[in-house]
Amino acid sequence: MLEEARSRWHPIAATHDLQFRHVFHGQLLGREFAVWRADDGYVNIWENRCLHRGVRLSIGINDGRELKCQYHGWRYSNRTAGCTYIPAHPADAPARTITNRTFPAIERYGLVWSSEEPRGEVPDVAALAEGKLLALRGIPVNAPADKVVERLKAYRFQPNAAIGGEGAETIVEAAQDFAVALHSRDGGAETHGVFFVQPVDSNRSVIRGVLDQEAEGAARLAILRHHNERLSKLRDEVEREAASAPAPTPIEPVYERVSAELAEMPEVTTHGRKAALRVSVARKWQTADGIAGFELRPIKGILPTFQPGAHIDVHMPNGEIRQYSITNGPGETDSFIIGVKLERDSKGGSKCMHETVREGDVLAISEPRNNFPLRRDSIKTLFVAGGIGITPLLAMAQALKNQELTHELHYFAQGEEHLAFADRLKYLGDALKPHLGLSPDATGAELRQILADYRNGMHLYICGPGPMLEAARKIAADQGWPDTAVHFEYFKNTNKIDDSSSFEVALARSCVTLQVPAGKTIMQVMRESGIDVPSSCEQGACGTCVATVIEGEPDHQDVYLNDAERKAGTKIMTCVSRAKSARLVLDI
Amino acid sequence: MTKCLDPVILNLWHPIGAIAEAVPGGVQDTVLLEERLSFALNADGEPVVWRSRPDVQGPDRVPAADRLPARSTYGYVWTSLGSPPAELFPIPEYEEPDRRKLNAATFGVNVSAPRAIENFLDMGHFPYVHTDILGVEPHTEVKEYDVEISVDRDEILATRCRFFQPMASTASDGGADVDYVYRVPHPYCSVLYKSSPVDEARRDVIAVFLQPVDQEHVRAHMLLCVLDEDNEDKVIKRFQQTIFGQDKPILENQVPKRLPLDPRAETPIRADKSAIAYRRWLSQKGITYGVIPVAA
Ligand code: FES
Ligand SMILES: [Fe+2]
Repeated sequence: MLEEARSRWHPIAATHDLQFRHVFHGQLLGREFAVWRADDGYVNIWENRCLHRGVRLSIGINDGRELKCQYHGWRYSNRTAGCTYIPAHPADAPARTITNRTFPAIERYGLVWSSEEPRGEVPDVAALAEGKLLALRGIPVNAPADKVVERLKAYRFQPNAAIGGEGAETIVEAAQDFAVALHSRDGGAETHGVFFVQPVDSNRSVIRGVLDQEAEGAARLAILRHHNERLSKLRDEVEREAASAPAPTPIEPVYERVSAELAEMPEVTTHGRKAALRVSVARKWQTADGIAGFELRPIKGILPTFQPGAHIDVHMPNGEIRQYSITNGPGETDSFIIGVKLERDSKGGSKCMHETVREGDVLAISEPRNNFPLRRDSIKTLFVAGGIGITPLLAMAQALKNQELTHELHYFAQGEEHLAFADRLKYLGDALKPHLGLSPDATGAELRQILADYRNGMHLYICGPGPMLEAARKIAADQGWPDTAVHFEYFKNTNKIDDSSSFEVALARSCVTLQVPAGKTIMQVMRESGIDVPSSCEQGACGTCVATVIEGEPDHQDVYLNDAERKAGTKIMTCVSRAKSARLVLDI
Repeated sequence: MTKCLDPVILNLWHPIGAIAEAVPGGVQDTVLLEERLSFALNADGEPVVWRSRPDVQGPDRVPAADRLPARSTYGYVWTSLGSPPAELFPIPEYEEPDRRKLNAATFGVNVSAPRAIENFLDMGHFPYVHTDILGVEPHTEVKEYDVEISVDRDEILATRCRFFQPMASTASDGGADVDYVYRVPHPYCSVLYKSSPVDEARRDVIAVFLQPVDQEHVRAHMLLCVLDEDNEDKVIKRFQQTIFGQDKPILENQVPKRLPLDPRAETPIRADKSAIAYRRWLSQKGITYGVIPVAA
């Protein structure tokens, strides 16, 4: 029976067990769950085991958006159960595939239901029309579920309205493997009670009773007490009976193995410009002058885990592909929110998003990619945003705000009406510092002030139009910020690409040597010979196509690497950069 | 649970109690690898260990057949259920005359010995489990360090380990990186060297010796061998007990309790290099007790 039980839905908690910011320890058929409700209402039922070192997540911390493991502080996102941050390696974005096992959750009859491999639906109980119900306190019993069900058939109780009485007549209306429906009548008073039996393990169960009428105050307490007393007595009887039989062996839960790549902790591998996801435009609105907000919801299933700083490729109806940063705060995983600025000289990207795309339209997007990861080990983080450059930094600031880490968001814009995502900005409180209507010179002066007091352990993140970004980087460098503390993301590469050189590229791991002629990129040549290269912006701005240089001198033409990285010469953006030496050996 | 059949573990020396806590002539009972043992110091102060039996009440008349190998090393009584090697692993610092040596604590923990060793090797948990003592947010980074399995000494060595510690020295109140070196010279024992707050050139030594009660229970004996002339024993002990008390609830909430040796059972990160080496080392030794071996 327990084998078959795996494919059924069972109650694992009462709705009232999922208190605000609490993590409930659920159990079913030998398996443990960490059950928690995020602030957006979503009920998460996860394997009760951190993927890192097996610590129970039920002793973790529910911050309303993410669940944090107690041992090393790994953070897992609401809904997706994907790991969003690994504090031991603050500079790295965790591989997207570090995702805990989730189980389905349905709330019904005041109970939370789940199943290991659900087939079919949560049982429909005629006696319990949804609405005013009263879920009793769960009664744990050290006995197998079938024995408990047998006893429950003989359970007698008073209807709610005659709770103090004695003479009620209780009849069995229906009985199944894991539930008994009873009806109690005492004169004019009657109550339906359905008693579900949750099989915790081969020899342990929980009785979860639900009555078809609600009650308040003292009456409610009296009813709860009545059932508590009678069910406790029933429990004692079943336990006595069960103790006389040999205890069945406990069920050993089978833990899924982590993927082979994860066991090696590799780099994230994403290939090509693939639009793996279909989303619909749930909402489109003007979030600021010239900026449209888009809320993208999955057509089916749930969206993948994202981290602050991540972007998606949006494939537009007109065939263009553009990158947009996800502005969501942590744990906001039911949709992606992006902001699109209408570019005056738009080549069809932003124009199409503004003018053609409507609510209800379906778009293809890529998985989120994070080439702009946020460190959270900074003693103070400064964000400098110019115009639409706010989008990745907004996601980052919300993450730090949620963890109560010190930060400031300096938002440069032409005027009040140009500040996007007002609701999200408001959430940041005093950390938001708008700087409005400043000339380039005044902006420079302001930046010099903002960036004046560098201390070891601080980090700076900049995103905005090219000239402002250049200015901010220069000011930071002048005022003593080391390259390693300054992180930036360009919207686009405005460098004029010189593709006149020709050279040879050897791919060490693939054992091929290719000739790159003038006019073609390394990426194009690799793809022509059938090598899968991940990419996104394809203009040297986003960092997706990075490759490791083993030998040779790169001719950097991207805007992704910082000066120290360029000098080191160990990384190259294969979509624009080339070789100064006659030969380049890449670790591909 | 069946008793230990793992020959590697059976043939090791295992700690069973602190000498300092033994009263001459007094018999102590304990459990090692699911066997009930008794031990006492004889008139010469030498430890005598035997399989417990109701008719033997003291160290003097233990039948030879029930007697077990015994030694007193690093302040503890050690024994073995098999044929132990002639020597126990070396801790040369123990001989340095100016060091304070004490048994800081003996703690029972409901976890396997290898899980407890991994916890001892792990720096990443300092800000979360030993908050404000051994680490503090946001200083969470585990910087690159080196690990080797030394073949001739048959032990794991992790060097160049550094971790940010608030109030790292008594001299300044700011935090700073503290250096650590870890050794695992025995499957169930580890030795840690940590920058001394009083002498820059030398290191404090803290060792954990785990007594495997069964596959999922240990008694952890913690040896301190430190350069500290000022603090009372009580203070030094209390500090280590606080640290240990913080680890205990985490260790007892690890599932499964035995250490899985399958590399795909859990998700390692670079910070876990020493743990990865440790798991591999246990696998190579063919250890089966206290672990979940890789499925064949
Ligand atoms: S065990 Fe959960 S973060 Fe390490
Ligand atoms: Fe610890």
